[in-house]
Amino acid sequence: MNNRKVREDDYLKRREHLASLSDEQLKQRFWELAEIAVNPLVDLAYKNTSPAIERSVLLRMGFSSLEAKNLVDKVINHGLISKGAGHVVYRLSKIENTEVRKAGLDLINDKGWDKVLKSFEVSNDEQK
Amino acid sequence: MMNKNEKLDILEILKDLDKYEPRRRGWTWREPIKDLDMAGNVYSDASKPLKNSIPLPAAKYFENIDPQPIQVITSEIASGRFEDDIRRMRMAAWHGADHLMVIRTAGQSHFDGLIEGTPQGVGGVPITRKQVRAQRKALDIIEDEVGRPINFHSYVSGVAGPDIAVMFAEEGVNGAHQDPQYNILYRNINMVRSFVDAAESKKIMAWANILQIDGAHNANATAMVAWKVMPELMVQHAINSLFSEKVGIRKDNIALSTVPPTAAPAPDLKINLPYAKALRDFFSDYKMRAQMNTKYMESSTREATVTHVLNMMISKLTSADIQSTITPDEGRNVPWHMYNVEACDTAKQALIGMDGLLEMVELKEKGYLPEKVRELKERAILFFEELLESGGYFQAVEDGFFIDSGIYPERNYDGISRKINGGIGANTVYERDEDYFAPVIAHYGYNNLKQYGMNVGDCPSSLIGGSTFEDRSKIQYIDELDEEDNVNVRLESTKKYLNSNIIKPEVEWAGDGMLVVDVTLPTSVRYAEAAALVIAKKMNLIDAEVIHKEILQNAEATRIQIKGRLDIEIKLDSLVLAKEPDLLSDSEIREYISEHPITIIAGTVGQDEHSVGLREIIDIKHGGIEKYGINCIYLGTSVPITKLVDAAIEANADAILMSTIISHDDVHYKNMKKTHEYAIEKGVRDKLIIIAGGTQVTPEIAEKNGVDGGFGRGTKGHHVASFLVKKKVEMNEN
Repeated sequence: MNNRKVREDDYLKRREHLASLSDEQLKQRFWELAEIAVNPLVDLAYKNTSPAIERSVLLRMGFSSLEAKNLVDKVINHGLISKGAGHVVYRLSKIENTEVRKAGLDLINDKGWDKVLKSFEVSNDEQK
Repeated sequence: MMNKNEKLDILEILKDLDKYEPRRRGWTWREPIKDLDMAGNVYSDASKPLKNSIPLPAAKYFENIDPQPIQVITSEIASGRFEDDIRRMRMAAWHGADHLMVIRTAGQSHFDGLIEGTPQGVGGVPITRKQVRAQRKALDIIEDEVGRPINFHSYVSGVAGPDIAVMFAEEGVNGAHQDPQYNILYRNINMVRSFVDAAESKKIMAWANILQIDGAHNANATAMVAWKVMPELMVQHAINSLFSEKVGIRKDNIALSTVPPTAAPAPDLKINLPYAKALRDFFSDYKMRAQMNTKYMESSTREATVTHVLNMMISKLTSADIQSTITPDEGRNVPWHMYNVEACDTAKQALIGMDGLLEMVELKEKGYLPEKVRELKERAILFFEELLESGGYFQAVEDGFFIDSGIYPERNYDGISRKINGGIGANTVYERDEDYFAPVIAHYGYNNLKQYGMNVGDCPSSLIGGSTFEDRSKIQYIDELDEEDNVNVRLESTKKYLNSNIIKPEVEWAGDGMLVVDVTLPTSVRYAEAAALVIAKKMNLIDAEVIHKEILQNAEATRIQIKGRLDIEIKLDSLVLAKEPDLLSDSEIREYISEHPITIIAGTVGQDEHSVGLREIIDIKHGGIEKYGINCIYLGTSVPITKLVDAAIEANADAILMSTIISHDDVHYKNMKKTHEYAIEKGVRDKLIIIAGGTQVTPEIAEKNGVDGGFGRGTKGHHVASFLVKKKVEMNEN
């Protein structure tokens, strides 16, 4: 709750610049403003990831929800989430020339992390 | 296909769920039928009729037709036990629902990952892969039975939105709520995380052709002065709709959850209609899911029903692609079976009743309505302008722009404020590196495919031989994680009620024993409440509580509804069933009458102007007794008893058909007795058949009052004609 005083309804004053717009122009203006508000949010989502997103990638790669959660936690702890958790698993499967599922289960069992870290050139200092 | 007289086999549905595959993905709309003709009634806005359904009660006067509105009809079913909800889904579908929505259990929004197994829920159901498969599998059976595809729906929100979206895409869920603003404002989940997650969720939903519904209606239910949030509601709708479109959802899969923000005693339509119109003008490219007002729901199911009918008038005056139904008992309990069904019937009745409305009336283009519409649109634009001036969406949320109880630009500074770096899941968003990669389809945002020799537009999951979206054999199915809290344990305790010979009263769960007593007491509300609880105790109701009270007059009377559990089991094979009428066939009746003509005198007796019931029994048009060749002399309504008997004597009639609708003070039975006695007085009783009918007539009591036959609710001409012929045969034999 904010202690600021109530702001009276000054609609009639504020609307002056809208008064001359046609209904169609009004609609256009509404959507132009929406666009300006939404674009940074779209951009933000484009450039970032999250534990839930990475879990959803692992689910699609054939891991169970429990495995996906475990893997993502470990990927974060190894400082690799900005590479993508699915990427980490995929990378190990390439290095070891094994199935993706086997690579993921190895990582859950704390196997193969050194190889992955080395391959991404992430030093141990960068790990959390 | 199911036999309608058999119960769904829950155990069978739970079997082999690890192997279940959904039969389709994506949303299905109803199939409109232009100028649908059903028993001579022509509909402008109806859809393809069902193969099996339960029509409205009055349908019996219309050859049992069950016209279906053009709108998809939603029913929200989530009692906490999905296995019992399955049966309720069947009930709702038979009453016209084709969008079944499962509310999530309290707290699922904050669960970081998928819930697995089948734990019991609180105020909703834990949404899990097993639960979704079981319900989708049941809906496959039910949709075949009713003959219309059923859309299955739940929520893609909370801190595990993308996880749930994947599971929904894999399991053939057809619709989902998805709106990051809901997370932020009502679940205090970090706003940055919510939008980043939402893009992924929406991309997945787009791939699976899942219809999206937003969460803006919650602003109305939360705000202190509900209708004042109208300008901001439009802003919320715009943010989610445009964001969804930009991450890849098709416009026709984006639906606004619109809600008429106020309710009577406010001037409902004067406020709600301009808002509905403004919204549809601005959002003409998107679908409308018309939610109903829940903000002002109290414990009166009647009041809620009227509010919802008024809401549907707005749907008809503007537009609605999906019509929500809110169970009218939501103001007093987690909804019960019969109220889901009532709500579906309310929607069907109101929408079909208002069929073709816009062919007869139109919204005015001058005066109050367009002026208000314009004002709301301008206020929404002004809201957007200040939102951008403040630094954009996140800053505006932090500044408490939303859910302010002032009508913007009025501000009371009592809105919901969230910190950009606060809330659940704060600081859990990570910037993707230049070599970020995800080898799956339907992934939103930056994905460096080049490093693995792929081009933009190539499918990343081809690198792993297909993801679960292409090859569902890769899905890892988990059955149960909790040995105690699961469906098998629950069913063990209720199995004696499953497809068995034993029944108990039930409102939500097998064997719950719950029932409602509606009692009017001639005293003030506090005494009535206390007295009702004593009555409940004497009736052996366990855990009785008052769920509704209505003052009829402060001193004179109070109506109380109590709920309580009754621990009584009934064995079906111990019951003695009322005899089904033993009827002669149409041809047997006709044959007798052609050789022995019958004349009857008919009328509604006493001070009673009801004529419909008796006309139904007589008129050839309604399958009445005239069709058998019976000569009917109809005297009309409010006919004195003496006139009825005198006319019978004059016409040398075989029978009197007296209709008695008014039953106050048992006047209907008294009139039967008088007729009987007057016929004796006139010396004609032994050759005159006297039949009495009416909605409140119990045959046994009618016979005790001297008539030959009594006919109650549900009587058809066939029943009466058969009785007349049998009685004539019997009289001639003697």
